[in-house]
Amino acid sequence: MTAAELFALPFMQRALIAAVFTGLAAPVVGTYLVQRRLSLLGDGLGHVAVTGVALGLLTGTSPTWTAVVVALIGAVLVEVIRERGHTNGDVALALLFYGGLAGGVLVTGLGGQSASTLQSYLFGSITTISVSDVVATMVLAAVVVLLGLGLSPQLFAVAQDHEYARVAGLNVRFYNMLVAVLAAVSVTVAMRTVGLLLVSALMVVPVATSQQVARSFRVTLAAAMGLGLFASVGGLVVSAFASFHARVAPGPSIVLLALACYVVTWPMGAWLRRRARLRAPFADHVPDSADPDEHDISEQHTHDHGPDCGHVAVPHGDHVDYLHDGHRHAPHGRHYDEH
Amino acid sequence: MSQPPVLLRDGAVAVGGRPILRHIDLRVDAGEFVALMGANGSGKSTLVRALVGIRPLTAGRLQLFGTDLGRFHDWSRIGFVPQRGGAGSGVPASVWEVVASGRLTRRRLLRPMSRHDRTVVADALEVVGLADRARDGVSNLSGGQQQRVLIARALAGEPELFFLDEPTAGVDLPNQDALAGALDVLKQRGATIVLVAHELGPLAPLVDRSVVMRSGRIAYDGAPLGDQAVHDPLFGGMLDGMHSHHHVDHMHRSPHDVTPPMNAPLDRQPHEEGHR
Ligand SMILES: Nc1ncnc2c1ncn2[C@@H]1O[C@H](COP(=O)(O)OP(=O)(O)O)[C@@H](O)[C@H]1O
Ligand SMILES: [Mg+2]
Ligand SMILES: [Zn+2]
Ligand SMILES: [Zn+2]
Ligand SMILES: [Zn+2]
Ligand SMILES: [Zn+2]
Repeated sequence: MTAAELFALPFMQRALIAAVFTGLAAPVVGTYLVQRRLSLLGDGLGHVAVTGVALGLLTGTSPTWTAVVVALIGAVLVEVIRERGHTNGDVALALLFYGGLAGGVLVTGLGGQSASTLQSYLFGSITTISVSDVVATMVLAAVVVLLGLGLSPQLFAVAQDHEYARVAGLNVRFYNMLVAVLAAVSVTVAMRTVGLLLVSALMVVPVATSQQVARSFRVTLAAAMGLGLFASVGGLVVSAFASFHARVAPGPSIVLLALACYVVTWPMGAWLRRRARLRAPFADHVPDSADPDEHDISEQHTHDHGPDCGHVAVPHGDHVDYLHDGHRHAPHGRHYDEH
Repeated sequence: MSQPPVLLRDGAVAVGGRPILRHIDLRVDAGEFVALMGANGSGKSTLVRALVGIRPLTAGRLQLFGTDLGRFHDWSRIGFVPQRGGAGSGVPASVWEVVASGRLTRRRLLRPMSRHDRTVVADALEVVGLADRARDGVSNLSGGQQQRVLIARALAGEPELFFLDEPTAGVDLPNQDALAGALDVLKQRGATIVLVAHELGPLAPLVDRSVVMRSGRIAYDGAPLGDQAVHDPLFGGMLDGMHSHHHVDHMHRSPHDVTPPMNAPLDRQPHEEGHR
């Protein structure tokens, strides 16, 4: 079968549409979660949503919508617990998450459903997605992207410094709740694509990758969306072609491709971080060159230090020190001082 | 006459049920540069955080620009520079982005930044001397530069009233001088400034009035004090005497009544009456 024939198949087209929307939406929320150091919230809500799926299967309603409702309730509960600032807050969250997962598995058993039905939600089954589920995915993903990008100045400010945001007149509680709600929605959007157990990966791994090399929030967010799109579409295509030879599930392929991107950018991130550390300004005392005790003249130089001399220049108070051979040399008149 | 930017009467703040601030009376008039001083843990940050509404008052009445805090919504008139925290956020942010977030008080929802917004952000960066670092990540700056980013963020909202919590702590002298220059510009523009500082250093010439805190109360409110005076054993001894006086007769008097040589707060009593 050729690529053209493969993508002419209706189920494959539905899967591609779902992959595009999911790949763009999940990293948007993921960026705000990582910024607030809540990377695992998506994972937790994914666990809670299992109960929602099970309830849907039990009652014969659409598992997508029951999962949305239960994940939303979970998100609101999490936010309330967090806002209380209770010292056992994270334990309460753990209880909620594991309760959600265990409850889901239990309810599925009660309903007499086979474990394999639930499994398609746990690990994703993008190629079996129905038309109505594609529409739901598109609508929910569009809502997440529009709110996440439209309100990005506010969401950025709240996540960056919530006390400052409050003094700026923003309703911090509302925006925190909004992020939790958007996270719950993304979890259910990504449920069919990568599955509830791997949802968090699609939300967080692209962000972790883009923040390796980005210096600004906007670039991080845009690159994360690009990487999310690449991973979800790429993972789907890879698994589709591979499935001629072996059973390859799209969900894990998508997540592994996202992780591969992370691994590829890691050396670059490590190099940039090392470079930034090396160039971090010295905060120690600036020797007073007028004070004979502090004025320490270095020996003769064979070249002039300057912006292009090739030595690392590190800001130090009102001047720069040039680093070489374990020395810090600051220009002073016609010679260099040891700093 | 216009309303004072800050008017707090008999304010008290408790944190986790523990009373931290008691019986705070503070009035700051338009255009004043007030230095809020005192030892670590004396309650300076708590007072500033109460004045901007982050910490609720457990007693007393706070008015900003003549409006009770509960009904105050004119947040664009207020600029807040928090005490610098160690932890940044989990995602990179550029200097420009952090400063631009200070513009939010004047932007409408779902509207892109206007050209004017961008000009103001660029000006704010210029004032603190970081125009050339706009594209850099905040986490790559030194502590003093990060402090100046937070000041620029407050500047970007073009507020009339500034609260700065220890902007000079842990900042080297060249950065302190740059900061003094920036605050001088603000003062010339007619801003009202409440500045928390343990040591004033190069900011000393800007100060119109000193308020000294001690154990959650205002121990002095009057003419500017040098750094030495705040730590002066003589002065400290006098304040200690006042402190024990409070305990002996258990009268909750305003510190103004018992601080003998300070005239500035007493001078203001008459027109304070006028507002009631
Ligand atoms: N979040 C908090 N939780 C508990 N105690 C606090 C908190 N913030 C401040 N305090 C207490 O309030 C007192 C005043 O603190 P603070 O206002 O930070 O002082 P300053 O800024 O003058 O150093 C201190 O005794 C401190 O322990
Ligand atoms: Mg403090
Ligand atoms: Zn050199
Ligand atoms: Zn040097
Ligand atoms: Zn040298
Ligand atoms: Zn020299």
